[in-house]
Amino acid sequence: MKGRIHSLESFGTVDGPGTRFVVFVQGCPMRCAYCHNPDTWPMDGGTMIEPAEIIEQYEKNRPFYKDGGLTVTGGEPLMQVDFLIDLFTLAKERGIHTCIDSSGIAYKENNAAFIQKLDKLMPLTDLVMLDIKHIDPEKHKELTSQPNDGILAFAKYLEKKQVPVWIRHVIVPGLTDDEKYLYQLGYFIGHLSNLKALDALPYHTMGEKKYESLGMEYKLHGVPAMDQKTLLVKKQAILDGVKAARKELENS
Amino acid sequence: MRPEWTGFVGNKWDREVNVRDFIQKNYTPYEGDDSFLAEPTQNTKDLWEMVLDLSRKEREAGGVLDMDTKVVSTITSHGPGYLDKSKETIVGFQTDAPFKRSLQPYGGIRMAEKACADNGYEVDPEISEFFSTHRKTHNAGCFDAYNAEMRACRSSHIITGLPDAYGRGRIIGDYRRIALYGIDRLIEDKQDQKNSTGRVMTDEVIRLREEISEQIVALKMMKEMAASYGCDISKPSTNVQEAIQATYFGYLCAVKEQNGAAMSLGRTSTFLDCYAERDLKNGVFTEEQIQEFVDHFIMKLRCIKFARTPEYNQIFAGDPVWVTESLGGMGVDGRSLVTKMSFRFLHTLTNLGASPEPNLTVLWSTRLPENWKRYCAKMSIQTSSIQYENDDLMRVTHGDDYGIACCVSSMVIGKEMQFFGARANVAKCLLYALNGGVDEVTKKQVGPKYRPVSGDVLDYDDVMDKFMDMLEWQADVYVNTLNIIHYMHDKYCYERAEMALHDRDVKRYFATGVAGLSIVADSLSAIKYAKVEVVRDDDGVIVDFKTTGDFPKYGNDDDRVDDIAQEVVHKFMTAIRRHHTYREGVPTTSILTITSNVTYGKATGNTPDGRKKGQPFAPGANPMHGRDTHGAVASLSSVSKLPFKDAQDGISNTFTIIPGALGKEDKVFSGDIELELK
Repeated sequence: MKGRIHSLESFGTVDGPGTRFVVFVQGCPMRCAYCHNPDTWPMDGGTMIEPAEIIEQYEKNRPFYKDGGLTVTGGEPLMQVDFLIDLFTLAKERGIHTCIDSSGIAYKENNAAFIQKLDKLMPLTDLVMLDIKHIDPEKHKELTSQPNDGILAFAKYLEKKQVPVWIRHVIVPGLTDDEKYLYQLGYFIGHLSNLKALDALPYHTMGEKKYESLGMEYKLHGVPAMDQKTLLVKKQAILDGVKAARKELENS
Repeated sequence: MRPEWTGFVGNKWDREVNVRDFIQKNYTPYEGDDSFLAEPTQNTKDLWEMVLDLSRKEREAGGVLDMDTKVVSTITSHGPGYLDKSKETIVGFQTDAPFKRSLQPYGGIRMAEKACADNGYEVDPEISEFFSTHRKTHNAGCFDAYNAEMRACRSSHIITGLPDAYGRGRIIGDYRRIALYGIDRLIEDKQDQKNSTGRVMTDEVIRLREEISEQIVALKMMKEMAASYGCDISKPSTNVQEAIQATYFGYLCAVKEQNGAAMSLGRTSTFLDCYAERDLKNGVFTEEQIQEFVDHFIMKLRCIKFARTPEYNQIFAGDPVWVTESLGGMGVDGRSLVTKMSFRFLHTLTNLGASPEPNLTVLWSTRLPENWKRYCAKMSIQTSSIQYENDDLMRVTHGDDYGIACCVSSMVIGKEMQFFGARANVAKCLLYALNGGVDEVTKKQVGPKYRPVSGDVLDYDDVMDKFMDMLEWQADVYVNTLNIIHYMHDKYCYERAEMALHDRDVKRYFATGVAGLSIVADSLSAIKYAKVEVVRDDDGVIVDFKTTGDFPKYGNDDDRVDDIAQEVVHKFMTAIRRHHTYREGVPTTSILTITSNVTYGKATGNTPDGRKKGQPFAPGANPMHGRDTHGAVASLSSVSKLPFKDAQDGISNTFTIIPGALGKEDKVFSGDIELELK
């Protein structure tokens, strides 16, 4: 089935391993304060594109993606799980490395129909980059307008399915940089046996212009960008949590 | 075998002048990483500080520190010059002092005078008189032979950047030959060549005999020049320091006699590594010493300077010399040609800091050693100073001992040369097609009086038809102008030093070039897929366009317009190929206006793609700025569709990206190891 697509990027270098063809889907239920793609929020709009058309574009430039692959991000990819199944089926037929960049918000444990589809999608997925916005339920809601219980459950689901996972976490000064919570986050993800990497993303202010041009209010106006030095300290807090969890796993 | 060659193997290169054979039998491919590289020595730091100080003074003086106005530069015209003799391990400047620019009037006395005058100097009146009255220059010869049409094309800039007032450059001597064989052997070889010419004295044979004689004179002068620095290059080099010095002397002789548009070095690093490996093995030098020689060599190359006019600097956006050195690449036998010396050359960017000169050019192959690829990437990120070229593409044509002249022109070292060919402005040609040969800026009838387009809306088939006719005319006048230029350059400003380091029978490429390809592609696409109305001025000349509707733009991997770009290149090359070329030159073309795109833009009126009069062209084969909206891969794909067989002199693409967009910094991203995963 067709996907509702915001845009396509032929040269993605920061959304998964290697150089990647990146599909930005249209539509996301999250309203993260620091989101730098607010134009992908609305569930309508975008362009309807056939999976085969995307694969065709990929194949045209295949030599560029030798060590990379195909990443679907957004927007929230898992809002269009049928499209993902079709797209990744075609991709795997051609030996293309597949990756989903998701917030996990679409995951509902009790939705049997959805889980059934996910069960079908996961064997077609080589990597999930799961962006956990905040480990604390309350803070998560403040930051994104959504609860995080489903997201954490999604992480467990991925572990059960043994899908390789990178955890991404945006570190925003004053919002998501409390080392107590960062440690907690690390402690949580450290228990995931399918964890392959941690990608600590520094908050930047380049999104603000987009809000201006869209006539939207930017909630983080005045919040400074995260500097590299502080970022490394914050990342270490997460790593400390990861290590503590690993130790426990070893001893148990 | 000669004693200087002890330790080297092979039984072909020692009997004939054949540097490639020597390299193939004696080089050691290196697959390791950059950890062996040495830091700069104190002497290197001191010398580099002196160079920086001179550069500072030169800037403060307005761009030129000193100019020779009395001595016409030849290989032996100047005594030795030094920064600090006690610290230099590789010596030699163009004149008797660093940063003093030499006087080179053979290309054109007026250009030499103007270069001096614009910088506040005056050429000795006696020299001016001599080169105006008694000794004709290349420039004077060209204007004696030009016809009215050629002059009109020149001044309206439909053909532009013609090397008719200065040295054409683009010829690479095989400077390595001096190190490997010594001058005496090369002179013997040249004498044999002279004795082997045809016995019937045709024009060609007479010219060849005279040229070889000139080459022999140049070789003798090289020996003399080296001796003035206390170096004997009559015999083969005995170690890596001597080999680098001899190679550099060869290059230095070339730049003492030719102020050329691009004076490139060739492909020296893997050759020199044979000596370095031998010396390391025998304990002659340490890694630190060898790096010092390389640092000093590169430092000298960074000090190469020419007397040039502000107009020249405008065309080339600065004062480039294009000391291009080609590094790496793969051998035809499948071994990589990357050696430790390739690393040492790039390492100068760390030891001396980033620099556009020499133009370090990596011949890229997918099969290069992984460690070398990583090192190149690292140095690119750190210094933005490396140029990349597709070895997999060029090796098919040139084998594995070719080098790059200027930015993209490939030629087999010592066996092929090029007649540099400036640019045909095809964007302007399209406008001429619309206006029946009338120049859109000057309103003069420059091109042939073909029928202009009629009506208010442009029709694709009609425009294409007219454009192809005009392209034929442009190719005709262009090639004939170049025939005159190269005839006169050979006659009055012959590159005896560089040609002395070539075989007798060289393959000559007759290079041409196009500027404005992406404008033409987008303009034709607009005419085909959108609606383009013309705006005429009071004289009935089309001076502007009104475009309604969207159209595919070159740079988005869209075949509808990319096909047009390919067709234009193919048609242009076909038109060029139809003409007689001087000295049976093999015609090629390039799409590489890396630096002159601004100047060409200034001379060209509004174009149907929406570009306004005076706006710069895109550099080289790049899409127009901001029109490639589908990311870098799509943009690169459009460029890579251009057919190399129709643009064998090279296709360039300028690619700028912030390091952050190329991937994660190691420190931000933690993979398996840091997470201690099992």
